[in-house]
Amino acid sequence: MAEYILETKDLGISFGGLKAAQNVNLKIKKNQIYGLIGPNGAGKTTIFNLLTCVYKPTTGTFFLDGEEIKRMSPDKINLKGIARTFQNIRLFNNMTVVRNVMVGLSNRPEYKCTILESALRLPRHFKVEREMREKAKELLRIFDLEQERNALACNLPYGKQRKLEIARALATNPKILLLDEPAAGMNPHETEDLAKTIRFIRDHFDMTVLLIEHDMNFVSDLCDEITVLNFGTVLAEGHTRTVLQDPEVIKAYIGG
Amino acid sequence: MELIFSTLINGLSLGGIYAMIALGYTMVYGIAKLLNFAHGDIIMVGGYLIYVFMATNNPLLAIFMAVIGCVILGICVEKIAYKPLRGASPLAVLITAIGVSNLLQSLAQIIFGSAPKMATVYDFGIVKLFGATIQISSLVTLVVAFAVMTALTLFVKFTRLGRAMIAVSEDRSAAQLMGINVNSIITVTFAIGSALAALAGLFYLLKAPSISSTLGAMPGIKAFTAAVIGGIGSIPGAMLGGILLGMIESISYKITAIAPYTDAIEFSILILILLVRPTGFLGKKRREKV
Repeated sequence: MAEYILETKDLGISFGGLKAAQNVNLKIKKNQIYGLIGPNGAGKTTIFNLLTCVYKPTTGTFFLDGEEIKRMSPDKINLKGIARTFQNIRLFNNMTVVRNVMVGLSNRPEYKCTILESALRLPRHFKVEREMREKAKELLRIFDLEQERNALACNLPYGKQRKLEIARALATNPKILLLDEPAAGMNPHETEDLAKTIRFIRDHFDMTVLLIEHDMNFVSDLCDEITVLNFGTVLAEGHTRTVLQDPEVIKAYIGG
Repeated sequence: MELIFSTLINGLSLGGIYAMIALGYTMVYGIAKLLNFAHGDIIMVGGYLIYVFMATNNPLLAIFMAVIGCVILGICVEKIAYKPLRGASPLAVLITAIGVSNLLQSLAQIIFGSAPKMATVYDFGIVKLFGATIQISSLVTLVVAFAVMTALTLFVKFTRLGRAMIAVSEDRSAAQLMGINVNSIITVTFAIGSALAALAGLFYLLKAPSISSTLGAMPGIKAFTAAVIGGIGSIPGAMLGGILLGMIESISYKITAIAPYTDAIEFSILILILLVRPTGFLGKKRREKV
């Protein structure tokens, strides 16, 4: 058991001459809700893409639960224990809500089923399918989506699509959950509700959450610690309240 | 009455063949986002494999070997020709596909010569139904094609792998971030498509036992048309498009005045349908973001 569940060391990436992120050092403890904030274009989503191996870092490296993550494909990193949602929702739109979650579940070892077992419709195939469906329903219940389980994902209202994305990511049984602007486009009531749900996930699943968010009330209410990015570099980091009162941070947000 | 019945049976069995080939096009397009123009030539390879293994005089063995051979060929084509081009421009992939198609046809000509070969798999004979004379092979084709399509639909809907395939076709990178190994899904897709193409090759030999290196060209194009009519990327769409095209062809052949223009009629219908519904009947509508 490493001290930090997720630790980045001098993580950075350049696109041509543009240094989208440089020398980013995050230290996230198990069970924390950790915030990543900063103005638009500060490199927050870039960090998510680095952590999910969508981008290969130009410099530095990161450790998941003490294990150094080298070149790896995004599906492997998911199996290792990093799951995410997207800033612009990317559900499997023409699949039903419950099937979206079942896709997330499908790589868990307990639901493995060989092609032969499926093709021949052996009893194990039906058992696994039934168990997956039950598990999916259980996850949907947490997000209050059980009623809509047979609706197509694209027909859900916006707030529920965001929740479904979290449910789908959670279904892959991650060690850490990356949420990219989970409260974007939600009304204050929905935001409050979401904060409750995220806390519940942390406690119930013993989960660590790293989230990007612009809603400062949401962040200060929810996050234990935060890191502020600006122009790809770390501007400040530490306990949420302290950091949010830092004059440098206020300047970066409101402009000097 | 007899005429209607025999046209119906012929149309459905031909449509079943088109649908099976169209499924290969549409699944590969939906999942790997590439138009595999070498798909039609897999049919031809399947035909030649049956011809070769009919030397054993065992039709079932020949069919089995053709399916296995085509699956291996399909996977190899994907690994050697298409996989290195993942992320390349669609045009490069398209040209490669045409290259693979030419390669397979030329290889077949070098190995088997340009003269057609005869391969009688099994002579089912004919049967009189409702006064119409029907080839039993047409009925067999029809039954097998529909059984295969049903099995495929169930597979895609109710298995882990099937769901993963749909997920990849919906959003490849999101699916990958959910732990789905996209490369192995693409391999499975090519394997299934090639197996269906091998069966289509068998059905062509049942219809007319002659095989040449261009056997797959026309059915390939027609099935591609069917896939586009149904909405490329959509599995039910490919089935619908295939059956529709088979019926149109079968009806057109029965009307003496227009019979010679059957191919022209089919492709004209494609153009008309694309004018009215650019995404085909069951294709995904793309919403443009403003």
